Amino acid sequence: MERIYLDHAATTPMDPRVVEAMNPIMTNVFGNPSSVHAFGRKARQYLDGARRTMAKSIQADEKEIVFTSGGTEADNLAMIGTAFANRDKGNHIITTVQEHHAALHTAEYLEQQGFDVTYLSVDETGSVNVDELKEALTEETILVSVMYVNNETGVIQPIESIGHVLKDHQAYFHTDAVQAFGLMDIDVKKAGIDLLTASSHKINGPKGIAFLYGASHIKMNALQFGGEQERKRRPGTENVAGVVGFQAAVELAMELKAEKKQMYENFKEQFMKRLSHNGVTYDVNGVLDHTVASIVNISFPGTNVESLLTNFDLEGIAASSGSACTAGSVEPSHVLAAMYGENDERTTNSIRFSFGSFNTEENVMEAANRVAKIVKRLTE
Amino acid sequence: MKDKQDTRVVVGMSGGVDSSVAALLLKEQGYDVVGIFMKNWDDTDENGVCTATEDYDDVVRVCNQLDIPYFAVNFEKQYWDKVFTYFLDEYQAGRTPNPDVMCNKEIKFKAFLEHALSLGADYLATGHYAQVRENNGKYEMLRAVDDNKDQTYFLNQLTGDVLEKVMFPLGHMTKQEVREMAKEHDLVTAAKKDSTGICFIGERNFKEFISEYLPAQPGLMKTLDGVEKGRHEGLMYYTIGQRQGLGIGGSGEPWFVVGKNLDENVLYVGQGFHNDKLYSDALIASDVNWINHTPPQSFSCTAKFRYRQPDSDVTVTRMEDGNIHVAFHEAQRAITPGQAVVFYDGDVCLGGGTIDEVIKDENHLDYVG
Repeated sequence: MERIYLDHAATTPMDPRVVEAMNPIMTNVFGNPSSVHAFGRKARQYLDGARRTMAKSIQADEKEIVFTSGGTEADNLAMIGTAFANRDKGNHIITTVQEHHAALHTAEYLEQQGFDVTYLSVDETGSVNVDELKEALTEETILVSVMYVNNETGVIQPIESIGHVLKDHQAYFHTDAVQAFGLMDIDVKKAGIDLLTASSHKINGPKGIAFLYGASHIKMNALQFGGEQERKRRPGTENVAGVVGFQAAVELAMELKAEKKQMYENFKEQFMKRLSHNGVTYDVNGVLDHTVASIVNISFPGTNVESLLTNFDLEGIAASSGSACTAGSVEPSHVLAAMYGENDERTTNSIRFSFGSFNTEENVMEAANRVAKIVKRLTE
Repeated sequence: MKDKQDTRVVVGMSGGVDSSVAALLLKEQGYDVVGIFMKNWDDTDENGVCTATEDYDDVVRVCNQLDIPYFAVNFEKQYWDKVFTYFLDEYQAGRTPNPDVMCNKEIKFKAFLEHALSLGADYLATGHYAQVRENNGKYEMLRAVDDNKDQTYFLNQLTGDVLEKVMFPLGHMTKQEVREMAKEHDLVTAAKKDSTGICFIGERNFKEFISEYLPAQPGLMKTLDGVEKGRHEGLMYYTIGQRQGLGIGGSGEPWFVVGKNLDENVLYVGQGFHNDKLYSDALIASDVNWINHTPPQSFSCTAKFRYRQPDSDVTVTRMEDGNIHVAFHEAQRAITPGQAVVFYDGDVCLGGGTIDEVIKDENHLDYVG
């Protein structure tokens, strides 16, 4: 049985060209970029080159890029690092109820540390409302953190409008762009973004590497202490091979962005068409036209996530849900609960399918057939 | 008959050594094995860690060692409705329920079996110590080879139709062999302690646990002649034949619970392990299940009145209301209402029921009055 991967929003396979770029580094470039000798300088060269690529990909300056171990660390650094560094300017933070837990739980931590946090709501479209943000803003607000694309529904958030609202406000604007980076055109200067999180393993790069863009004017504390790496904002010897792999992935993504976008959109459309063709009843969560090319979140009335995902896996289909299933406890998706209400059955019968480089039109069709068979069996 | 590699067996895995070895055996035999952890109860330990999370973690590690897929399924609601509610009702009625029997009947071999079948399973396997045998198209349940571990007592409410889809891979092994096999294969659960007691109570104090759900009504302890012997903490805390926790001092033989009067909230006590009041010669059982076919109106066989007790000879008579009268060939001590009575013909488990009334010399005893 051919296994078909439809979970690219969770992670992606590495592109062979990424592996190829990393191999010589792992084989030959072992120096510590901070060392004052030829071995160190060699490594530093690669690091600097990669940093330029990252900066260019979002129209930033290379001094504004901080490499981290992953998106979670970047979100933590952005939020905690700026909240404490700017407390003299105010004590208020705004985020949304539908953030990834890396941001949401960080906001909750800051709340425990005495910050006032406002959580913007999200409506059935899957999007936050800019007017609600305007109302929530006070003179005390020092940070606004809104994700670029929701990782469960794929709904694109009104980032440029938010940037516009915050243009003349002291609050920094952070966006977790992990699901947008590589598929959408991002211009941090134009969009008024002060802090942005991007991750390597979501775009066919290696795991264990990500970056935080922090505009040159922002004040941000480090969360860990040690050497002078990353302009003291993120001490610790750099993961040079990871950085180079990430660079290769970014270069590929920038080159193939338009092509991939079109391809994934086609996969998504064909997938849903095939479900309908097979007589499956389903609803798309959020407004489909406002979703990123790679993600669609589908509710199958009369089913439950636990049973669906188990059956999918046994039939070779890898997908996921926003519901956290640990040890048999299904926590309904906090995103869908925010959109449709705690007790709406969508929170427990919805599956996220996310397309990517693993897919071909053939295996997407085959996946849709298998999904249809299972859903029909479970609902008959 | 399908090839083993095309025969899907879902193994109910608890994170213990028995179900781990059950999965190992099936995997070695070449079946398409899928491990599933069932979560029936939400609980945290003294450190705030969900106990199910710890057990599930062991399931994950064992399944990875065996290279089989693993999943979890939640039956908390069904467990609460079908098992825990029954458990509380029985205690409230002054009886001593057997939640394991109910869990096997309603959850493991019903809700869970249905779940397994919905995943395309041909069989459900568990780490129970019991055996299934096909006999002329009928599926019988036999005692386990390890007499000390035999769990057919708890499985007495299963039926032949269910057993047709069930495998008990450990039925022919001793517990020691299971442990040794786990150790040989270096399974992470090889040395894990067996769970004891009622699953949702675990290691905790029973009184504390039950007092969270049922209000305790303290009352008087009396002898059957009406002499007050102190106070009890609530009838639900006591079981017929129990010695511990009565707190009656003085000289002479130790004191035992010999009866309960729910209306007056009185606990009856009597002296001596062999107190006459603890002995009976018959019982009436309800919720009777016959695993394969309904037996003759009256017949002789052997029976167990509690887990791990040696069999006793009995004569069973089916009554018009569907209940059964079970006459003991020798007087029995401390027959407990609420517990199961389970019947055997040699090694074949015939079925069982729930003990409702206890009889001596044709008089009903006030075990629960």
